[in-house]
Amino acid sequence: MNNSTSSRPRSTVERVNANLTKRYAKERRFKRMGLGAIIISLMFLVLLFGSIISNGYGAFWQTYVQLEIHFEPEDLDPQGSRNPEVLSAADYGGLVKSTLRDMFPKVKKRKEKRKLYDLVSSGAAFQLREMVMSNPDLIGSTVQLWVPADDDVDMLIKGHIDRHKPESDRRVKDQQIAWVDALQREGKIEKRFNTTFFTAGDSREPELAGIHGALMGSVFTLLITLALSFPMGVAAAIYLEEFAPTNRFTDFIEVNINNLAAVPSIVFGLLGLAVFINFFGLPRSIPLVGGLVLTLMTLPTIIIASRAALKSVPPSIREAALGIGASRMQTVFHHVLPQALPGMLTGAIIGMAQALGETAPLLMIGMVAFIVDVPANMMDPATALPVQIYLWADSPERAFMERTSAAIMVLLAFLISMNMLAVLLRKKFEKR
Amino acid sequence: MNLSTLLFTLAILCCFSFLIGKRRALTIAGGKRCNLHSLPGYYGYYASLWCAVPALIILALWTGFESSIITTLVTRDLPTELQNLPSDRLNLVINDIQNLVSGNIVSGEIDPTMRAAADHYQNLKQVSQAALTVLVLTLAILSALLAYRRIHKAQRARNGVERAIMFFLISCSSVAVFTTIGIVLSVLFEAIRFFQAVPISDFLFGLKWSPQMAIREDQVGSSGAFGAIPLFAGTLLISFIAMLVAAPTGLMAAIYLSEYASKKVRSITKPLLEILAGIPTVVYGFFAALVVAPFIRDSGGLIGLDVSSESALAAGLVMGVMIIPFVSSLSDDAINAVPQAMRDGSYGLGATHSETICQVIIPAALPGIVGGLLLAVSRAIGETMIVVMAAGLSANLTANPLQAVTTVTVQMVTLLVGDQEFDSPKTLAAFALGLMLFVTTLALNMVALHVVRKYREQYE
Repeated sequence: MNNSTSSRPRSTVERVNANLTKRYAKERRFKRMGLGAIIISLMFLVLLFGSIISNGYGAFWQTYVQLEIHFEPEDLDPQGSRNPEVLSAADYGGLVKSTLRDMFPKVKKRKEKRKLYDLVSSGAAFQLREMVMSNPDLIGSTVQLWVPADDDVDMLIKGHIDRHKPESDRRVKDQQIAWVDALQREGKIEKRFNTTFFTAGDSREPELAGIHGALMGSVFTLLITLALSFPMGVAAAIYLEEFAPTNRFTDFIEVNINNLAAVPSIVFGLLGLAVFINFFGLPRSIPLVGGLVLTLMTLPTIIIASRAALKSVPPSIREAALGIGASRMQTVFHHVLPQALPGMLTGAIIGMAQALGETAPLLMIGMVAFIVDVPANMMDPATALPVQIYLWADSPERAFMERTSAAIMVLLAFLISMNMLAVLLRKKFEKR
Repeated sequence: MNLSTLLFTLAILCCFSFLIGKRRALTIAGGKRCNLHSLPGYYGYYASLWCAVPALIILALWTGFESSIITTLVTRDLPTELQNLPSDRLNLVINDIQNLVSGNIVSGEIDPTMRAAADHYQNLKQVSQAALTVLVLTLAILSALLAYRRIHKAQRARNGVERAIMFFLISCSSVAVFTTIGIVLSVLFEAIRFFQAVPISDFLFGLKWSPQMAIREDQVGSSGAFGAIPLFAGTLLISFIAMLVAAPTGLMAAIYLSEYASKKVRSITKPLLEILAGIPTVVYGFFAALVVAPFIRDSGGLIGLDVSSESALAAGLVMGVMIIPFVSSLSDDAINAVPQAMRDGSYGLGATHSETICQVIIPAALPGIVGGLLLAVSRAIGETMIVVMAAGLSANLTANPLQAVTTVTVQMVTLLVGDQEFDSPKTLAAFALGLMLFVTTLALNMVALHVVRKYREQYE
């Protein structure tokens, strides 16, 4: 490069330096893009949690109305027999209605009366009946009682209903707002912790609906899943990792496991429907079938995790055990398995978390029915927590939206604590 | 005895036979363990295995066939005019009898013949229960005794027990194979029945999907149309939008985490991304329907676009977010598998960090990344809850992401949820769709696993 033509020669260094700023700018841009991608994903996480929590925290409180109820003996038990059948058949709805009429004596028209009755949940009558049934001495006395308000009143108190909208667009009418305000001035309305949400089954009335039934359904389903998939998964992993000869059959099993891990969950639902319900004739909607389907679905996850755990046990342990005369089976069960167990448990917990959040296969086997009763065993019809979320998300009432978000919060709390448990377990045993 | 008591008794018997087996072995050996072939415990296990296994097999067979045999017996004793009914009416009668036995509500009036049949049914059931209890318990005791008598010094009890365990291990590993076979058979059989009613070409290439079958002949809109093209198109559209979100974001996130981020940032960010992966899809679906879809509709309305409230865009976007951690963790693995020597070589030639990534690392990791993306596509296609809650039900054949489309999985759910009869094409169509879904995802997974595996071998 030492010739002397008109165009000035450029050394390599000069050429590099010439676009170095451009290349550095590009480098910075690229790095920022990477950071941006992460920030976008995390922002979605924050947005999701934020919207769920801001929508759902209200559902942990419920508006209650104080009623002064006089258990009139003439209406409830005219003969004074205190016969449970008579007490159970008495008109408690009428009692609630007459109490409300006494509170607002000016209400005379039928239409207005009906609006008045709508202030209080239809569950109030059942509450009264239960009280009287368990303690018949109440009859004849007057009790100050807090009963759940109707979901529309609840929404009004929580500020989700816009008072300035035209009356026809509102679920709560002007007159009702006036009554509620009057009650509020007298201190007869207050928000309390919503225990119903944790103790009741499903209901058409948002203020009476709870997640207990769905939670029990999930518990039974997961118990079956755990009881079946953990031993089976561990056994399969032990065979494939420790004993299986390398042949076509073993290869075939491995290909199958890898493929099953990626089959859409809804297809497992089809399998459950065709095999367990149609072929074996098990009833629909029961946790037993749900547990069987989820077992098949989580099995690949557990097998893969358990195999990784077995792989990480150093071969020296096996050699030492074999060297002092243990059989292969004894080596595995007395020495290798205890070492690998924490890793296997981690895998099992993650598999269970996956099963707990799964919805689609349960829809296929009919665990979507509207079930009020809390299931008592694994043969009772039930729903699961995620299915309950799906069902409530479909309901038009504003109060159900709140409860859906609250149910999601409960579900996420379970999932996050399960995952934390898995992480802690892994951390604790990694140190050794 | 009912089933749980029977199982409990059996368990107690097993424990007992373990104890007597162990003691017997020790007695034979004269109290010295070195006289025995195996450890004394193995003789105990041997005895309790003999106690449990034959009894459990009988129990399983009996409970499996009990109800069908009893039903046949009851049907044979029904009056002839009932027996000559067509098979579906006969099923109804049998159903009524069973309901009568279990005390449920019965469809028709209860006449004396029904009552007699129900009593007969109940009788047979009680007899069968009693017989089962006696049989299972005798078998357990007899076989345990037999095993007990066979225990002697040189007996290879350990080998026997280990053989039984090995059999258990092998059968557990074959469950995966049986599951696959079960999926294929169950989906295939129903799909074939569907294709007998609807020609396969109509299904695969038809442009109209409205799976309503007439109950009466003269009903309006009676002819169902089972052309699945709109469903395939909708599925592809939503998956495409999802991949449009997930592929760049997930890939860039993986690059940043594995190449730029400090250890501390990595240790915080990775678990957070994993949370995103662990959120149930039903939650994403609710989020899509509650937040994203109204947002897109409103912001589309602001700039004068007509967005349907269940747009493909909303479902696709949220599905993309769901897949981001999936893409990023698989790409992360692929990028980390590229040997450090290749990076060092590139830096030595004077390349900047980003040039190294774009021109050396990505091409080297490409097969792994592509494999990961294919797996992500297969997940997007099979994803159910997000689309059920956020995408529509009407089968529009459109490429406009602002309109409502429906997908294969949505239709499967709508066809199968609720009451169903297994002979109408409407229900069977769900299985045909399931077959398509299974075949597609299976093919994608096979290709993806093949690509990933082939690539991994290059650097090992």
